[in-house]
Amino acid sequence: MSTAALPLRTTGAFGLRGSLSRNRRWALITSYVFLVVFAIFFLIPPYYMVVTALKSDAEVAHMATNPWIIANGITFDQFRILLTQTDFLTFFKNTAIVTVCVVVVTMVVSVLGAFSLGRMKFWGSSILATGIFLTYLVPDTLLFIPLFQIVKALGLLNSYWGLIVVYPTLTVPFCTWIMIGYFQSIPKELDEAALIDGASHMQMLTKIFIPVALPGIIAATIFAFTVSWAAFVYPMAFLYSADQQVLTVGTVTTLIRGDVYAWGMLMAGALVAAAPPLVIYAFLMDYYIAGLTAGATKG
Amino acid sequence: MAEVVLRNVTKRYDNVEAVRSINLHIPDNEFVVLVGPSGCGKSTTLRMIAGLEELTSGDILIGGEVINDLPPKDRDIAMVFQNYALYPHMTVFENMSFGLKLRRFPKEEIKKRVDQAARILDIAELLERKPRALSGGQRQRVAMGRAIVRNPKVFLFDEPLSNLDAKLRVQMRTEIKRVHQMVKTTTVYVTHDQVEAMTLADRVVVMNGGLIEQIASPQELYHRPKTRFVAGFIGSPAMNFMRCRVEENGVGLRVRISDAVSLPVPSSHLPRYKGLTGKELIFGLRPEHITEPRRGAGEGISEFSPTLDVVEPMGMETIVFFKVDGQEICGRVDPGSAAGPGESMRLSANMDHMHLIDPATGAVL
Repeated sequence: MSTAALPLRTTGAFGLRGSLSRNRRWALITSYVFLVVFAIFFLIPPYYMVVTALKSDAEVAHMATNPWIIANGITFDQFRILLTQTDFLTFFKNTAIVTVCVVVVTMVVSVLGAFSLGRMKFWGSSILATGIFLTYLVPDTLLFIPLFQIVKALGLLNSYWGLIVVYPTLTVPFCTWIMIGYFQSIPKELDEAALIDGASHMQMLTKIFIPVALPGIIAATIFAFTVSWAAFVYPMAFLYSADQQVLTVGTVTTLIRGDVYAWGMLMAGALVAAAPPLVIYAFLMDYYIAGLTAGATKG
Repeated sequence: MAEVVLRNVTKRYDNVEAVRSINLHIPDNEFVVLVGPSGCGKSTTLRMIAGLEELTSGDILIGGEVINDLPPKDRDIAMVFQNYALYPHMTVFENMSFGLKLRRFPKEEIKKRVDQAARILDIAELLERKPRALSGGQRQRVAMGRAIVRNPKVFLFDEPLSNLDAKLRVQMRTEIKRVHQMVKTTTVYVTHDQVEAMTLADRVVVMNGGLIEQIASPQELYHRPKTRFVAGFIGSPAMNFMRCRVEENGVGLRVRISDAVSLPVPSSHLPRYKGLTGKELIFGLRPEHITEPRRGAGEGISEFSPTLDVVEPMGMETIVFFKVDGQEICGRVDPGSAAGPGESMRLSANMDHMHLIDPATGAVL
């Protein structure tokens, strides 16, 4: 009986393995098909930007040529003119100053806020934490009207310092939320051990929590950087002179005159503007994903 | 002197009383183990000593000083946690020296202390590694090293071996005992494992429902439990409990377990049990006192022949289970003499080790 049963079981097991292997192969093929489709879909705009930025104005304007290829040779004129004959570098500098300041302010406030809300349990801390996240859900298109009054009252209208005051209203809630999730995922015995070792709460934060939560902090930093670098509505509302303007609005207002679009320079400007976030994402992508995941699942 | 004294210590969470007015005196250098089931209040008690939980009422004294309101860092204690709580971004050396650095010890002194602790714990070659590169046992050694370097008045251990596998747990148990013998320091150790409690402790504190059931040396706890809870909790397999009635038998007494089974009370126990005649009680006898008949049996030995239900060979002994009047009884016999399941086996009960328990109060009489 047992000898008859054995081959049957073995065949069954092999059959199951074969089926699993086939299923896995099909799952992989399907995944790759979708990945390739999505990759092409998302890479078309950057490709179009690169191609257009490397064409002359004449070729861009010539309707008969194929817009997807460079027919008359590569030229860097668009970049040269953009950097030498427009305020692009001023916009870039202003954006960099605003972004660095916003990232610093955001991280200081978020890390301190998240540490107190996530680890130092006190009455109402969880409601406060939820409340902070809820403020993130109010869109900036609604907020800019009351914020305009505040920025004006502070005397910061038409100054990029106004953006440094305003942007943290977008970045702090989300970054705090990510950091709360991250801090909460750290075992409580770690701060208890630090307390017994003689650490103050500030030492606990700086010597234990910040190093341990570095992936979360990097994720939050990247988020704050991206929001600050790419914000459009607030600079559009609060800034109106070129010397204070930032990249997003400055590029558009300088290079679009009425219905005349300087397409080549617009694309060159977009490429240069996209470079810093691209570099940061490329280097810190793993941290970003790890940080976001921890925040999402353990918050 | 670093004696630890708990005076009417109570801890209440909302409406739940986790620790109920307990009193405990731990002399200098003693190794005390708090043991009990989950939720008995042992960890809460330890955390109150550490300063990680506030007391609802009562006092805790270390070295004669009331430390109720002192923060953990000022209590001069060191704690080893169940999950080690090593700082993951620091090397073993940095982990062990962290507390000393915060207390601004000179570098040479820090190095001396860490090296000394590393030698004691045999982790000298691991000092530059990060915790993730260590095994569970090595991590636990580092956690102990972090406690040792501080040279505190009191060591606190919160179930430090629970995360280790069975073999390593036995090794580390011996290691902890060895370290305590080398570094004489008052130690409070929390565990739910009664074997750990028995093997490590100078004295064991058995807790249940927020109360201390008994404080005694391991031997006394085992042989002279004060309550049914202690009698059942300490010892593996657990003590057998059977409903019984005490009957007079001429000048002696008998413990009647069922219509068919009654066992004689040894004459040495008569003065203690004389007033219990006719009472419904609980009879307790440890499995090792139900065994195969041996030569030279004394007065307290009573033989019977139950039919075995289950037989569990353990190698050095065999555990046998049988029923008396519907109540499951467990005995420990020599592997060579054990009968098979369904077979009858001659067994003897050593009544010299019997206990009688009041079912209403749970007190061992």
